[in-house]
Amino acid sequence: MGAQLRLLRRRITSVRSTAKITRAQELIASSRIVKAQQRMQAALPYEREITRAVTGVVSNAASVDHPLTVAKDNPARAGVLVVTSDSGFCGGFNANVLREAEALRGLLEGRGLAVTPFVTGRKGVTWHSFRNRDMGGSWVGFSRKPAYADAKEIAAMLIESFKDENGIDEIHIVSTEFVSMLTQNVVVKRILPLEVEETEATESTTIPPYFEFEPTAGDVLESLLPRYVESRIFTALLQSAASEEAARRRAMKSATDNANELMRVLTQQMNQARQAEITQEISEIVGGANALADAAAGKE
Amino acid sequence: MVIAKTVDGEIGIMPQHAPVLGVLVEGGVLRVKREGEGELVAAVHGGFISVADDEVSVLAEVAELGSEVDVAAARDALDRAQASIEANQEDADAAVEAQRARARLRAAGEEV
Repeated sequence: MGAQLRLLRRRITSVRSTAKITRAQELIASSRIVKAQQRMQAALPYEREITRAVTGVVSNAASVDHPLTVAKDNPARAGVLVVTSDSGFCGGFNANVLREAEALRGLLEGRGLAVTPFVTGRKGVTWHSFRNRDMGGSWVGFSRKPAYADAKEIAAMLIESFKDENGIDEIHIVSTEFVSMLTQNVVVKRILPLEVEETEATESTTIPPYFEFEPTAGDVLESLLPRYVESRIFTALLQSAASEEAARRRAMKSATDNANELMRVLTQQMNQARQAEITQEISEIVGGANALADAAAGKE
Repeated sequence: MVIAKTVDGEIGIMPQHAPVLGVLVEGGVLRVKREGEGELVAAVHGGFISVADDEVSVLAEVAELGSEVDVAAARDALDRAQASIEANQEDADAAVEAQRARARLRAAGEEV
């Protein structure tokens, strides 16, 4: 067997085993998307209710000022929470988030703000530490399956640095929004100072109910707002987890398709090489036989 | 009828109740009295109760239905928390822990 033929065989074997791995990864990611979506769905009612409650309080008690809702006069420092994944093999997922975070950083610095990144996900943390960027905080290990406690921890730290006089004056979050299996968008949102965001378009005809408060509106707001921030962060983490798996599934699918295409091309090349070898061997045999026959004819 | 414990005290909510937003206490017991069915009891730790449009929603940080409480585990947790309170009066974590454990036991219908 010729050297070229053996080389092609070896390459096909290696491509085939790669395809097997990527195919398995693709299937794993598909099943994980479903679970991540379920977790997203499960968190929806809580988010909806808490948004409704916050809207209720804010629309009822316009006089209530809370440190978390008031924009500071001369913002000097901004925090950016960047939500990335812990593991790779998910195509441009992290690159997209980080690119958007860089754009936001440029924008904020253009406004004269010093930017402190807060990062979740091992990929984002590595990216920042490789560039020697100081991080205000970093969290790893839960990008695939974020728990409420994780969101709580992040929110506690962000709120604390926001309340601090010399701390951060506004906080933005850069994460990936899960629209569908095929579409995930990187979104930038400001989470502090709070803007109350409607999850669904409420008809303008419905008047928000006039709430009574137990004990007072201020007390309710005091404990409600941190929960609201937590819920917003939790939603972002869940969406990011689902998006990560979707991005991974897509990346693995195109890797599998690529490997299959490569296998097809290599098989063709291998067949050609084998055929060429056979043809060459035949012509060598024929040539040899002819030479022998000629030599025998010359003797006679 | 829904009975919950807010920081101001117990609150009972009947149908057609006016909109209310209340802060719930750590380690409270929530009761839902239903017509034709048994009472629904849950241990609720922190969070809110909001009543609007004849709908009651309870947003809790942690909640557990009385029927799902592991009584032995809750008793164990209570004993441990009480032991650490006795050892250190200032132990706020243990006090919260004891409160939670008590709420879980009460929700399960145990006497504490």
